[in-house]
Amino acid sequence: MEAFGLLVYGFSVLLTWKILALMMVGLVLGIFVGVLPGLGGPNGVAILLPLTFTMDPTSAIVMLSCIYWGALFGGAITSILFNIPGEAWSVATTFDGYPMAQQGKAAEALTAAFTSSFIGSLVAVLLITFLAPGIASFALRFGPPEFFAVYLLTFCSFVGLGREEKHKTIISMALGLLLAGVGMDTVSGQLRMTFGLDELLRGINFLVAVIGLFGISEILLTMEERLALRGHAASISLRTVLKVWKEMPRYWVTLLRSSAIGCWLGITPGGAIAASFMSYNLAKRFSKDKESFGKGRIEGVFAPETAAHASGTSALLPMLALGIPGSGTAAILLGGLMVWGLNPGPLLFVEHKGFVWGLIASMYLGNVVGLVLVLTTVPLFAAILRVPFSAIAPMIVVSCAIGAYAIQNAMFDIWLMLLFGVVGYVFKKIGIPLAPFTLALVLGNRAEDSFRLSMIGAGGDMRVFWSNGLVGSIATLALVLLFWPLIGGAFGRLRSAFGKKTA
Amino acid sequence: MAKSEDEIVVEDPPAPASDSPAVTSNRAVDVVVSLLLLAFAGLLAFDNWRTGMGWDATGPQAGYFPFYLSVILAAACLWGVAKEFLVREQASGTFVTREQLRRVLQVFVPTLLFCLFTQWLGLYVASFLLIAGFMVFVGRIAVWKSLLTAFLFSLIMFVTFEIAFDVLMPKGPLEALFGR
Repeated sequence: MEAFGLLVYGFSVLLTWKILALMMVGLVLGIFVGVLPGLGGPNGVAILLPLTFTMDPTSAIVMLSCIYWGALFGGAITSILFNIPGEAWSVATTFDGYPMAQQGKAAEALTAAFTSSFIGSLVAVLLITFLAPGIASFALRFGPPEFFAVYLLTFCSFVGLGREEKHKTIISMALGLLLAGVGMDTVSGQLRMTFGLDELLRGINFLVAVIGLFGISEILLTMEERLALRGHAASISLRTVLKVWKEMPRYWVTLLRSSAIGCWLGITPGGAIAASFMSYNLAKRFSKDKESFGKGRIEGVFAPETAAHASGTSALLPMLALGIPGSGTAAILLGGLMVWGLNPGPLLFVEHKGFVWGLIASMYLGNVVGLVLVLTTVPLFAAILRVPFSAIAPMIVVSCAIGAYAIQNAMFDIWLMLLFGVVGYVFKKIGIPLAPFTLALVLGNRAEDSFRLSMIGAGGDMRVFWSNGLVGSIATLALVLLFWPLIGGAFGRLRSAFGKKTA
Repeated sequence: MAKSEDEIVVEDPPAPASDSPAVTSNRAVDVVVSLLLLAFAGLLAFDNWRTGMGWDATGPQAGYFPFYLSVILAAACLWGVAKEFLVREQASGTFVTREQLRRVLQVFVPTLLFCLFTQWLGLYVASFLLIAGFMVFVGRIAVWKSLLTAFLFSLIMFVTFEIAFDVLMPKGPLEALFGR
């Protein structure tokens, strides 16, 4: 039980008043971000990232990851009370959560959502605790060809497994990789794609792009819609909580299945949204009473919430162990690591034990504290929605600008953010997915470096990617995933038809 | 459980009408974006070709990786355009209606002005103007409420970033007056 000892060590890193206070601040901010329309997990984390620049990495990641947990919890509040999913992965929660609230069972629905979120992330954290160190130490043997193969696998799985039109995923990814290359070339020191603009020498900052793509564009999109809302106020009493908890063990199959789906889809990139829908659908399919789904069945809240949280949490596993984020938010946390001067990847487990195990321990603690916090403060957060959007929208714009500027103290970045805001707005409307872009932008340089290093090592022979069993099987798997739509064509068509029905 | 009967209702009077005429379709925007990206890919491919997209003694040159990416990007764009013209039967949704566009511009134009003002007046003054202006003119919220909210928000931001966390923002004449 080596992991256990290290975990205890992680808790010892964590248990200082300063970090505990930051954790609370992070959770409250996160729930805030999750509840507010036009803000969500990824942009909340991106906007608040500058707050952490002057902190040490451990405090910084603890606070940021708590913002993330908070946002995950917060998304459920608006889904259930107002039928407005704060995040795409909360959409499935509205199917049964909102009907429950209409029947006056809002408190039960909320308790169910929070508790199952907690269970989902707990399962995922356990997975991280026991699996991540092993994967990391295995990955220590990786050379540049292996790493390039893993990056390739990540990109290919987006194209092959994504629900969007393939060419749009490719556009998004190629654009991200290209923009990542702008500026000084890390291998030769040459300038590329700067077109004589001094501001582009530094390259296009990943976080600036994220703030624009998710923050600004989300405001534009939110404004388009009718902002009037009507929902239920709710407060949760201890009796309700105990009642729901007593019922819970009956649904252990659903909880377990949803956790498993969540963990699996969380580790493969781009899966959080798919996870919540899939586990909802499976819960429905395996239920004896299919008709009652969508009419306020508690199981219909358990399933998607467990899966969403499990996948949201397990998305951090590949980020920690391999330096490859499993979700948009994980990509931003990865961007944060680089800002704090840490090099993401398997060496993190060796060189920065305190950081890694502090983070893992904070996942346990953060989720427990988060659960208690949301259960007790729901009425407060639901009341935030009374604040008119015309007051919130400009505040979010200002926060985005602060975040974008603070990263490199450059006015140019504020303009860049605005540009990415418009790009994000248009892309979202015509169905070009943003997640592959984000991932490509953050991984671009590392992917290119590993490619060129392997080429230099092999003297330009592409066969280096099939030179041994390990790299060969990863590279082959990548290609299989890339052409998965052709290979599993019939299966794919079936699944997308199934997906469209629920989305 | 009496409390759960309480309703939270937020009205949105200037909401876009659902029957507003469409400005443009998704298909049109799709084609335009694809063509723009195609041009962009061409530009980048040219630049990388100039940098050097081949191999030299040390391995791939600086332009190699991005050059082939621009080729991939161009190919994906062409595919997209071709698909739009060849596959005609599928109905294309509305990209944006006139009313929606009006609402989007209601946020976008102030945001643009905010960025301009940030350059001249500093971020905090610009933030005050943006929030106050937006609340009064777009949100139709009482003037005193708007001014107070804008002032408090800007002040809290100032205290949080400049004083508590040492994150410096662009500042203008007003801050200079106070010697910051």
